[in-house]
Amino acid sequence: MILTNKQIKVALIGNPNTGKTSVFNQLTGLNQKVGNYPGITVEKKEGICKLSRGVKAHILDLPGTYSLNATSLDENVVIELLLNKNGKDYPDVAVVITDVENLKRNLLLFTQIKDLKLPTILVINMADRMDRKGISLDIESLEQKLNTRIALVSSRKGTGIDKIKELILDYRSLSTEPCVNASAIDQPYFENLQNAFPEHELYKLWLVITQDANFVELNRHAVPVPDTSSFNTKSRSELKRLQQREAIHRYQFINGTLKEGYKTDIHAAKGLRATLDRILTHKVWGYVIFFAILLLMFQAIFKWSEYPMDFIDQSFASLSEWAKNVLPAGVFTNLIAEGLIPGIGGVVIFIPQIAFLFLFISILEESGYMSRVVFLMDKGMRRFGLSGKSVVPLISGAACAIPAVMATRNIESWKERLITILVTPFMTCSARLPVYLIIIALVIPDERFMGLNYQGLMLMALYLIGFIAAVGSAYILHKLLKTRTRSFFVVEMPNYKIPLFKNVAITVVEKTKSFVFGAGKIILAISIILWFLASNGPSERFDNAEQIITERHQGENLSEGELDTEIASYQLENSYIGIVGKAIEPVIQPLGYDWKIGIALVSSFAAREVFVGTLATIYSVGSEEEGTIKNRMAKETNPQTGGKLFNLASGVSLLLFYAFAMQCMSTLAIVKRETNSWKWPMIQLVFMSAIAYVTALIAYQVLK
Amino acid sequence: MKTTIAHLKRGEKGIIKDIPIDIIPVKLFEMGCLPGNEVELLQVAPFKDPLYLNINGSFLSIRRETALLIEVEKINETPEI
Repeated sequence: MILTNKQIKVALIGNPNTGKTSVFNQLTGLNQKVGNYPGITVEKKEGICKLSRGVKAHILDLPGTYSLNATSLDENVVIELLLNKNGKDYPDVAVVITDVENLKRNLLLFTQIKDLKLPTILVINMADRMDRKGISLDIESLEQKLNTRIALVSSRKGTGIDKIKELILDYRSLSTEPCVNASAIDQPYFENLQNAFPEHELYKLWLVITQDANFVELNRHAVPVPDTSSFNTKSRSELKRLQQREAIHRYQFINGTLKEGYKTDIHAAKGLRATLDRILTHKVWGYVIFFAILLLMFQAIFKWSEYPMDFIDQSFASLSEWAKNVLPAGVFTNLIAEGLIPGIGGVVIFIPQIAFLFLFISILEESGYMSRVVFLMDKGMRRFGLSGKSVVPLISGAACAIPAVMATRNIESWKERLITILVTPFMTCSARLPVYLIIIALVIPDERFMGLNYQGLMLMALYLIGFIAAVGSAYILHKLLKTRTRSFFVVEMPNYKIPLFKNVAITVVEKTKSFVFGAGKIILAISIILWFLASNGPSERFDNAEQIITERHQGENLSEGELDTEIASYQLENSYIGIVGKAIEPVIQPLGYDWKIGIALVSSFAAREVFVGTLATIYSVGSEEEGTIKNRMAKETNPQTGGKLFNLASGVSLLLFYAFAMQCMSTLAIVKRETNSWKWPMIQLVFMSAIAYVTALIAYQVLK
Repeated sequence: MKTTIAHLKRGEKGIIKDIPIDIIPVKLFEMGCLPGNEVELLQVAPFKDPLYLNINGSFLSIRRETALLIEVEKINETPEI
């Protein structure tokens, strides 16, 4: 039979840490795309694999799951998909990936998949480790007992992949008979169940019933299953007892099967694992090593990425300059040169940090080290409602919240993940630094107290405040947020492995792509809007700025450059943003700010560091050199008090405002993407701004 | 007082006797935490929590609160006192 037009739909299923993603990468290469399942933020990875005879397979890499009893959103996806025979993703053939070293546990899921009466292929992965571990397999015996065909694969070495393709191509000849009779655990109950719903498959009915007992609700619209609520003959605890009996029943079968087909020479075993664990989870060395790794990560995101970021910054500036010179002058050219190109630059600038962070994270995940981090950090993080894995996003947040929020994907529990996303922006990111530095230099005396510099102490205090705000609000959220799914802590401690370059590279590329094409669109749109508001004004004063300023300074002998900066300042004052800045003056006056700071606050919503540049424009300081701006700011007086505008009270007030306020549209965009709704970024925006306003108000009123 | 996984010392082994099914997550018995199976305490995190175990060939870590629920019978490899 020729299947040229039709693609064979394949689903890769398997426990976490079985090398499922490596197999997927081997099958599809770069021919893959990563998206989300509709309505939820579970990653959907799919790709195309060329078999032979012109037949292609569509490969869907399902989230890793230990069984068909869902305890998380990720696992729920697998079950909903496999229960929905009419769904567009329902596979023609299931490929179950197992790890040869953990075959016993991995086969539990396999026997469940077989009960769904799907054509099923068993892949036994990590074959390259068999010699070292003294494992030998009798494939023929296993195939016969398990009622399937087996491919022995090493995704690390790339062997056995052709065998998988061959078996997929020939999927019609695979057996769809189960290998375990699950209904044996309570014959009368299962008979009744089948009689009540004769047209449905028995094991699927059982899954539907137990899924509800597991607290993860199935989406009834997505899954065409009967309403089993009428079939209520067992209590929840009886159902759980049955589930336990099912697990025992399956393990009995698996033990029997492996007794014949699986031999392991215990003397060859005993490996690196115990030694590495003793060091990496040691109560002193474990932390020392982990913090050393964090320090290295932080260096990379903070310092190493500076070079490519500077390069990107300059390239886009030159590109913008070039466009302005080459294109005919006009509104359209301005849009391209001042709106579009810097807007795209504002997205691209984050790529180095994202790439570095995910380089580290995927190495930590791939090597198996991340589970040890969770083990070490769980106790400390738990009381704040955070996961042991939250440490990585929080620390990366001290460089930039954008890659940090993306890094929360690895946190399994939705509640812990959401809390981490919501509190990470409190960490002092590198964009706050220019604002902090200039204001500290302006209002904090450069004096020493007991050998400690006040300015340095203030900076340290600000980092500390950010951290305390993050864990403090995590604690509050932990108490406030209620979730339907109960979270419990059962973490697999996988074997240590050397990370595969291909897997790491694909992760880095995919994460970068998902940022650029996901959040990038929103960032670009907002930055163009902000540009428009800053470079257009409603009144004649804006349009005739050049004329007005030239007339005003007639006879003053200003150089052309000085005149230009005066014009720019006047234009900004009369632009839409200028008007907004003036309009909010009554609101920010109690914080000690005037309308000029107001304009800088509004425009720095694009990115915090814009604050300094905006002040430079508005004070008509020609250069962006820090010293010049600082001197100009020092001269500014407060029209109300007559004193200096930037004094200790207003300075501390501004510092606190920037410490707490959600002044970053890029973070909002990525939070929108990672939580899949505008609800959470909006809550974040409102609450963080409120905290910022209140603390700044108190600081100013007290210190004034 | 009954002996649970949390009462094992590092390197000690036990046989799982009883599990309170109602409060133990399904995931745990799917990972092999079933009556009759062997469990070894490999490592304890600082502050005595969580615990790192080898249950029936599966390596996993669970919190002390969960470990306190799983009753075991110690395998005495050292002579009894």
